[in-house]
Amino acid sequence: MVIFLAKRAAFMLLTMLAVSILVFLLLEVNGESVAVKVLGPYTSEEQRRLWLEANGYFEPWYVRYFGWLANMASGDFGESLRFKVPVGDVLWPRLLNTAILGGMVFAIMVPLALVLGVLAGMREGSALDRTITVGAVVTTSIPEFASSVLLAFIFVFYLAWLPGTSTMSEGFDLSQMVLPVMVLVLYGFGYIARMMRASMAEVMQSAYIKTARLKGLPVQRVILRHALRNALIAPFTVIILQINWLLSGVIVVEFYFAYNGFGRLLLEASLNQDIYLIQACAMVAVFVAVGTQTLADIGYTYLNPRIRFT
Amino acid sequence: MTDRTVDAPAPRRQSPLIGALKAALLLRESIVGTVGALIILFWVFVALFAGLLAPYDPIAQMTPFQAPFATDADGNFFLLGTDHLGRDVLSRIIFGAQRVLIYAPLATFSAYAVGIVMGLLAGYKRGWVDDVLSRVSDIILSFPILVLYVVIITTFGASAINIVLAVTFASGPGIMRIVRGLVLDLRNRDYVAAAQTRGESMWYIMFVEILPNARGPLIVDACLRLGYTTITIGVLGFLGLGLPPPQPDWGGMINETRAMATFAPHMTVFPCIAISSLVLGLNLLADGMREVSLRD
Amino acid sequence: MTLDMAKRDTVSPDNRPPVLEIEDLNLSYFTRAGEIPAVIDFSLTVRQGEAVGLVGESGCGKSTVANAIMRYLGHNGRIVGGTVKFKGRDMATLSEEELRQLRGSEIAMVYQEPMAALNPSLTIETQLCEVPLYHEPGCTPEMAYRRALDMLAAVKLPDPERVLRAYPHQISGGQQQRVVIAMALLSEPALLLLDEPTTALDVTVEAGIVELIAELSERFGTSILYISHNLGLILETCDRVCVMYSGEVHEEGTVSELFENPRHPYTRGLFGCIPTPGTDKNARPLTPIRGQLPLPHERPDGCNFGPRCDHFDAASCGGGMIQMRDVNPATGHRARCSRWQEIDWSVDTVAADARPPQAIGDVVLKSGEMQKYYPIFDRSLAALIRGRSVRYVKANESLSFEAREGQTVAIVGESGCGKSTFAKVLMGLETATGGELSFNDVDISELPVQRRTPQQLGSLQMVFQNPNDTLNPSMSVGGQIARVIRKFNVESDPVKIEERVLRLLDLVKLPRDFARRRPRQLSGGQKQRIGIARAFAGNPAMVVADEPVSALDVSVQAAVTGLLMDIQREFGTTLLFISHDLGVVRYLADRVVVMYLGRIMEQGATDQVFSPPYHPYTEALLSAVPIADTRVEKKRIILEGQLPSVLNPPKGCPFHTRCHRKIGAICEEETPPNAVDSEGHTIFCHIPMAELRSVEPVIKTAAE
Repeated sequence: MVIFLAKRAAFMLLTMLAVSILVFLLLEVNGESVAVKVLGPYTSEEQRRLWLEANGYFEPWYVRYFGWLANMASGDFGESLRFKVPVGDVLWPRLLNTAILGGMVFAIMVPLALVLGVLAGMREGSALDRTITVGAVVTTSIPEFASSVLLAFIFVFYLAWLPGTSTMSEGFDLSQMVLPVMVLVLYGFGYIARMMRASMAEVMQSAYIKTARLKGLPVQRVILRHALRNALIAPFTVIILQINWLLSGVIVVEFYFAYNGFGRLLLEASLNQDIYLIQACAMVAVFVAVGTQTLADIGYTYLNPRIRFT
Repeated sequence: MTDRTVDAPAPRRQSPLIGALKAALLLRESIVGTVGALIILFWVFVALFAGLLAPYDPIAQMTPFQAPFATDADGNFFLLGTDHLGRDVLSRIIFGAQRVLIYAPLATFSAYAVGIVMGLLAGYKRGWVDDVLSRVSDIILSFPILVLYVVIITTFGASAINIVLAVTFASGPGIMRIVRGLVLDLRNRDYVAAAQTRGESMWYIMFVEILPNARGPLIVDACLRLGYTTITIGVLGFLGLGLPPPQPDWGGMINETRAMATFAPHMTVFPCIAISSLVLGLNLLADGMREVSLRD
Repeated sequence: MTLDMAKRDTVSPDNRPPVLEIEDLNLSYFTRAGEIPAVIDFSLTVRQGEAVGLVGESGCGKSTVANAIMRYLGHNGRIVGGTVKFKGRDMATLSEEELRQLRGSEIAMVYQEPMAALNPSLTIETQLCEVPLYHEPGCTPEMAYRRALDMLAAVKLPDPERVLRAYPHQISGGQQQRVVIAMALLSEPALLLLDEPTTALDVTVEAGIVELIAELSERFGTSILYISHNLGLILETCDRVCVMYSGEVHEEGTVSELFENPRHPYTRGLFGCIPTPGTDKNARPLTPIRGQLPLPHERPDGCNFGPRCDHFDAASCGGGMIQMRDVNPATGHRARCSRWQEIDWSVDTVAADARPPQAIGDVVLKSGEMQKYYPIFDRSLAALIRGRSVRYVKANESLSFEAREGQTVAIVGESGCGKSTFAKVLMGLETATGGELSFNDVDISELPVQRRTPQQLGSLQMVFQNPNDTLNPSMSVGGQIARVIRKFNVESDPVKIEERVLRLLDLVKLPRDFARRRPRQLSGGQKQRIGIARAFAGNPAMVVADEPVSALDVSVQAAVTGLLMDIQREFGTTLLFISHDLGVVRYLADRVVVMYLGRIMEQGATDQVFSPPYHPYTEALLSAVPIADTRVEKKRIILEGQLPSVLNPPKGCPFHTRCHRKIGAICEEETPPNAVDSEGHTIFCHIPMAELRSVEPVIKTAAE
């Protein structure tokens, strides 16, 4: 187990390193363009040259990379060009906001999807199964931006029940969370529900469920004790990896509802070529993604005794 | 021992065309799949005959903010109304279909070409080739996908070719994983061993013996992925990173007009319905195909 | 442990109360294609303490009967007529709750794959204790635990406490099946349904399980319905037997009567397909049943067996359903044949002609001390510290034997003995780690397939095991054979290639238009025939057949083996036949090589290996194989212990951990010598040859 954890941690570190090289190559290697981004397009070549020299951009790229990496690792991401403050000062509050949004989405989406998936997979081919399956296909087919527009049209303009933006300008307001959460849940639950259904249906077909039924166990016990545990193994990984998906989803939703979160920050940074902010956002995103993957692997091992005891 | 010939039912000869027709007929057994196929056929028809179907030039500016079913002072009838610049929404949706139906399949196809070669190599060769390819794809896949798109497109600029390349880069590894999994199973089949023992080359075995037998799950996946790519192109348009204007693009149409949705929702809602229906069609078709193939 | 074969007394069944009565059961599956009858007009009575066998080939409906008894038919299966009564109660009238109380406590079931039958994420304790906890009001967890523990001891599992704590994957396949049997017997059911309970297990493990079932059912007075495709197993375990074919019972009766005097052409045909000690490929060849099983929706009018029957007569067999007829009302022997009184049963079925043995030529293949090790990289911390991070699986250890032109050499052994690894090295899919392997006087042990010439490749070809895997599903049959012909430079002109493909189809007795078919349009036996045609396309000097018929039904097996041998005879090909089935090996091999844990235990001419002196492992293997012949008497030897891991094989003689003739410390410490009995017959054992020679034969055939 210790070796397994060490291996996972090492792999996580390696991935982060590889990604950091990628990010660095993508954004930093061409010093000239960095200078343009930092100093603006209307600067003279001489000004840029001086800036590049002052900031050590004439060193070989690998020397620069290690310097850059050291700064990143110590949490010094540089200064945001747009907000004119250290990157960390904008990044962390925004990340917290996104965590609140994501937490609410997960708290609703996961139980909903699992229950629907189990109900559908328990009796494959039943009317309930067909309804849930088709319903899940329809909701996952509507892109987040389309459902944002459509839901806003219904609840904001037509029914006027909910606010159309989620800027939270007067402090935290739960009603402003409803639409963003709804959009993400609607788009995301279908995928988990379908995985859960497939997994449950497969387990229900298995010989050990037949054994349990033919042992004369009551249906509840067969489902809850024999089927569910095994059926949860495959979707578990999917659920954890949805955190990764959520990082994509929040970009659209936060942009549409003007919610001050991480996704909107990344988008603003990208559109404004706020290079240090992009770097920090990318690295944070990858950290979260790789971290959840590691978590998923560990959880999977724990859930599956066939791997746990070998 | 015995000279009796094994009893055999009458032979059935099958040409590829009949095979395709049969597959289509088989799909008919799935209601879901049929609905999906019809939706897709509808959009393909629209895209193919866009020039004939569209009542107006999609970038011609006429009377702004016309509601659906409105006729303006010049006697122009707008079935779905006009946008803030006076362009006919219906014509823009029709030409937008053409655009998405060119770039989404192109990007998906390109991602598949890369993913299949990588997956075949990793799954068949195993060893260090597999290690390297799998690690690289793990790293790319560990990026949240839209973050990757946003970073790539803002760095290299929004153009059709960049979108195709970005999709290839971002979803090639996912395809590789699927292909690799299928190959790991198929490579142990006896007919692969038979090919090996008659001295076939690696490429022959990969492309002739293995790949055709992986086609079932890959076609289903391609359908789903075409849906994702459609969404991706839509999202990029919506974020203002999509195909450059003024040519109509569904995501772009939504982005340009969403601020005015309070008083002229038709400008935004119709493109939303268009893109959702196309993706729905693809997803339903994939579902139907999977259902039919499992039932066999 | 050597026991005399103990067959259960056949008490006259009529004085015992019936436990299960099935009357005129008709059962159908409802699919898109419409109603498909799976079981037709099925009647059966099982009395208390009786063991009834249900035999038949795949798709005959035997498992459906078991599921119908349990009322477990899935959503598309339905009983359309007849009744199933358990202890006088009609199962159809039971409520869900009554049914639940019955299942697992009164009727229990054991089926084929023990690993799949146990829940992978629950401990064995949980899965066993559930049974009494849910069936016996007032049963405390402590009582349930005790009961589980006692039952595990009763099924002879070593260290029951440890087994209870384990998860299913932590114990071996044979142990898993013992756990499943323990689970079925925990609440002492009146009826035990066994659906191919040993088919997934090795023969030596099977023998142990079969003995256990017989012992336990005796002890608890359980009635048994034993479902199997293996007639030999039914003979060893049952009092009465029903033979099913295509959804119907075609013959039933007491085991002795049905085995000695079958009165249905299908039953007799089945016996003609099974290699028994009396058959021989030259003197008394097997007689296959022609044709194949009808698909459920393509059953013929009249007798279902009609199209394959030599006694078919349109007037009496052609129209309408054939009824069961009494053959001997006193013993309940019945047959579904309208001509059973007209057929002269004393005449053998169209007896295949005897033929002279084949001439044996020069040495084609010579394996000299060949060894194949697979490195296993141990990345655990402990191994790193000890500096022993690489260990070896010794898949093949000093294999030495020869095969001559026109000869059939069989390699036998149970799973994991290394027989398939040898085939891989021979074919060049792997290279040997040591020793030599010369084929036509060229050492090919380190020549991978990529470096072999087309001639070398073409002269050494293989027939594979799994019919569904052997052909590429997306290419036409003819195309696959044509590819081989081109690849081995046999022909290059397209017209000639086409011609040769058709001639190869003639060779394997398939219609020529099969060339245009896809593999999925072929049955399992037909696919294997194509596999044989493909192997012979390049005029090979030697063909390796890796379990070529083990996945086929009995009636098809005989035809495919026959075909393989006919072609071999025609071309004078050397055949290396890899198998776990001693019956088939005895029937067709000239020489036999017995392997265990990567080593050759014994080799010699077939007669030498199948009679004393034996290697103790050969002896145990021979005694474990069920034989479908009432005249045969067999010594019963049950091997104890588990098959050791190949990663960590026992020192000295690899068989000492399970050997019933172990003579002492020498077996554990020293590698045995290859003792020579007579010309070409060697035994890898420490026991003096004189002692081995004095061992009684395992199989004795009573005089006819």
